[in-house]
Amino acid sequence: MLGRSANGIFWLFRYLERAENISRLIEAGFRMALTRDASDASDEWRSLIVTLGLQPGFEARHGREYTGPHVFNYILRDRDNPGSVLMMTEMARTNARMVRAGITREVWESVNDGWMRLRDALARPVTETRLGDVLDLVRRQSTQVRGAMEGTMLRNEIYNFARLGSFIERADNTARILDVKYYVLLPSVSYVGSSLDNVQWENVLRSVAGERAYRWLNAGRMDPRGIAEFLILDGRFPRSLAFCYSKLRSNLASLAREYGGEMHAHEILRDADCQFHHATIDAIFEQGLHEFIGTFIRNNTALALQIQRDYRFID
Amino acid sequence: MTKTSPSLYDEMLNADGSVRPAYAGYCKWYDEQPPDLLRRKGSEAEAFFRRTGITFNVYGSEDAEERLIPFDMVPRIITAQQWRKLQRGIEQRVRALNAFLHDLYHRQEIVRSGRLPARLLKNNDAFLPEMVGFTPPGGVYTHIVGIDLVRTGEDDFMVLEDNARTPSGVSYMLENRETMMAMFPELFTRVRVREVSDYPRRLARSLAACAPPAFSGKKPVVAVLTPGIYNSAYFEHAFLADQMGAELVEGSDLRVENGRIAMRTTRGYLPIDVLYRRVDDEFLDPLTFNSSSVLGVSGIMDVYRAGGITIANAPGTGICDDKAIYSFMPEIVEFYTGEKPILQNVPTWRCAEPDALAYVLDNLADLVVKEVHGSGGYGMLIGPTSSKKELAAFEVKLRARPENYIAQPTLSLSTVPILTKAGLAPRHVDLRPFVLVSPNGIDITPGGLTRVALKKGSLVVNSSQGGGTKDSWVLDD
Repeated sequence: MLGRSANGIFWLFRYLERAENISRLIEAGFRMALTRDASDASDEWRSLIVTLGLQPGFEARHGREYTGPHVFNYILRDRDNPGSVLMMTEMARTNARMVRAGITREVWESVNDGWMRLRDALARPVTETRLGDVLDLVRRQSTQVRGAMEGTMLRNEIYNFARLGSFIERADNTARILDVKYYVLLPSVSYVGSSLDNVQWENVLRSVAGERAYRWLNAGRMDPRGIAEFLILDGRFPRSLAFCYSKLRSNLASLAREYGGEMHAHEILRDADCQFHHATIDAIFEQGLHEFIGTFIRNNTALALQIQRDYRFID
Repeated sequence: MTKTSPSLYDEMLNADGSVRPAYAGYCKWYDEQPPDLLRRKGSEAEAFFRRTGITFNVYGSEDAEERLIPFDMVPRIITAQQWRKLQRGIEQRVRALNAFLHDLYHRQEIVRSGRLPARLLKNNDAFLPEMVGFTPPGGVYTHIVGIDLVRTGEDDFMVLEDNARTPSGVSYMLENRETMMAMFPELFTRVRVREVSDYPRRLARSLAACAPPAFSGKKPVVAVLTPGIYNSAYFEHAFLADQMGAELVEGSDLRVENGRIAMRTTRGYLPIDVLYRRVDDEFLDPLTFNSSSVLGVSGIMDVYRAGGITIANAPGTGICDDKAIYSFMPEIVEFYTGEKPILQNVPTWRCAEPDALAYVLDNLADLVVKEVHGSGGYGMLIGPTSSKKELAAFEVKLRARPENYIAQPTLSLSTVPILTKAGLAPRHVDLRPFVLVSPNGIDITPGGLTRVALKKGSLVVNSSQGGGTKDSWVLDD
């Protein structure tokens, strides 16, 4: 397949994944803000903008006034925000159009259909009343595309590049959420579990759609170490770092089989992968959660770049 | 079901309102349908097109990044017998076009014999000196041709235009049929219509049969070269590549490697044998033609001339789309085939000739005047629908550069009904059959693309100017 098409499909799925994750983050932020007083709510919205790395752009636009509607409209539909869900979905669709010959009709139609619906829904400012529906729409699109992929795409290199894009992005997103919230999870000596902490922890889980799974596995007991372990090391949870890396591993392995050999990216992956095999959550906390995540994000980015080089995404 | 004007030929109805044989089966079916069925299906079809992304882009219109070409649900029907005659005529014309191109770029016998004025080639941008003395692989110049036909009576089909450069629209022919079959499956069990769906397969086969001398593998590698997603026909480029199982490449994917044109794949650079290019000559090779082009490949013309790749259609075929050349097609057909043309041209005045120019100036209000190099319905004058001011302005242009224009009578084009809010109503149509040429022969897909002027009385069928399309049926015997 063409290097440009591989790049197109890789980014198509990165954009879709990112749009979906952003919508979860907004939803979690919205819930938090609803249960707080005005100044705490504003902190909550601000932390959302920080997580997404949008602070300079947002403040240039709205100043330091972090109100809900300002924040979620900026993230969802601001045309000056290249990372907005609207722009992301548009870029996803542009990429899908570019690689039209490489994806099935079902995949193309679900991307195109989702884009049309979202474009309409985001044509005017989103109010708090409409927010839920809009977020729902974003997730639904992602789910539909994934379903169409699963059901209709040949399991070949195109599929592998799509999956690599999805999981590189998902790992990055989960890691970034952890990075911004790590202090919430830091158990301190003077730690006394208050109900506020419980809400905070649950919010971290909620922003990666993990609250139900975690509760189910832990019989409803909230504890920060457990949550960090769950999000980093639990290979059963589809948004954990370990899960994403097991998927990256299997898709890169398929590529190696198909291409008759490994590339430099395979080496990088092996190194990065080690951290999940031997790590325990205690060791991670000892090293420092923040440092661990920082290293992870850097390595993840390096892996993505190496995949793009090895498979000639660009000249 | 509909009223027709007695001076016009309606393809569905006789002047007395009775149904012509071609439409007998369809009309019988139509009469049995609930009154609102077609309109309901119409909005279904539009939603279907939007979702599938069958769109075209209009250059220079800001708000409409992607527009749908309106699709009308009433098919355009041609009988098997009519089609046989058309097929013979088209084949003869396409054979002549290829012989003509070979001659133009070699000995120019037709000019030497005095049948074609040399001035038509001089200073004509569509004539490429780079092609002189070179014979493309398999001797084929026009791998894909679209012949635009209009009809004025029962047996009166005429050629309005030859599209030998890069004819587009075939994806609409295919999608229109898909749509009709999805909307009205039972109709196709009642009326036997000839298949068009194997066009992409035939195209792939036809292109593969023209592999260049450098080809040495088992199966020629075919790629479709597109200017990119913002081109008006991008949907078609992607569609055809997909259906043929070929790569859809852009200029930035390609480079010259070891005397071949190679595409950057995830496994490295892979040589292409046949390039179905949907990029104009001018942009094909920045080293040879437009140096600012980013759509083509530097050095492709050298590789081509050295036998490293087949370019379809060959560069320089656009000369056949020139309307001054068109006016000589009857002579061209006779010169190369030794036969009388089966398909006639529309009568054409060449404004370069003083007598013709005088006539055209005297009758401007009744004529259609076209630029010889124009296409897409741009830069033309339709006398009968133009204001005095427009006519006067055009006259100035015409007098200044008469050789730049040809004129034709305003034809009473045939009509086929379309579905309007007020029921069926006749509208003017044309037909573009698609022709494939390979060393193995000439292959014409039954039917083609019917374009229809949606505005009442309008004769302009171009999609860029408010035209629509119809499914085109050739009945099985």
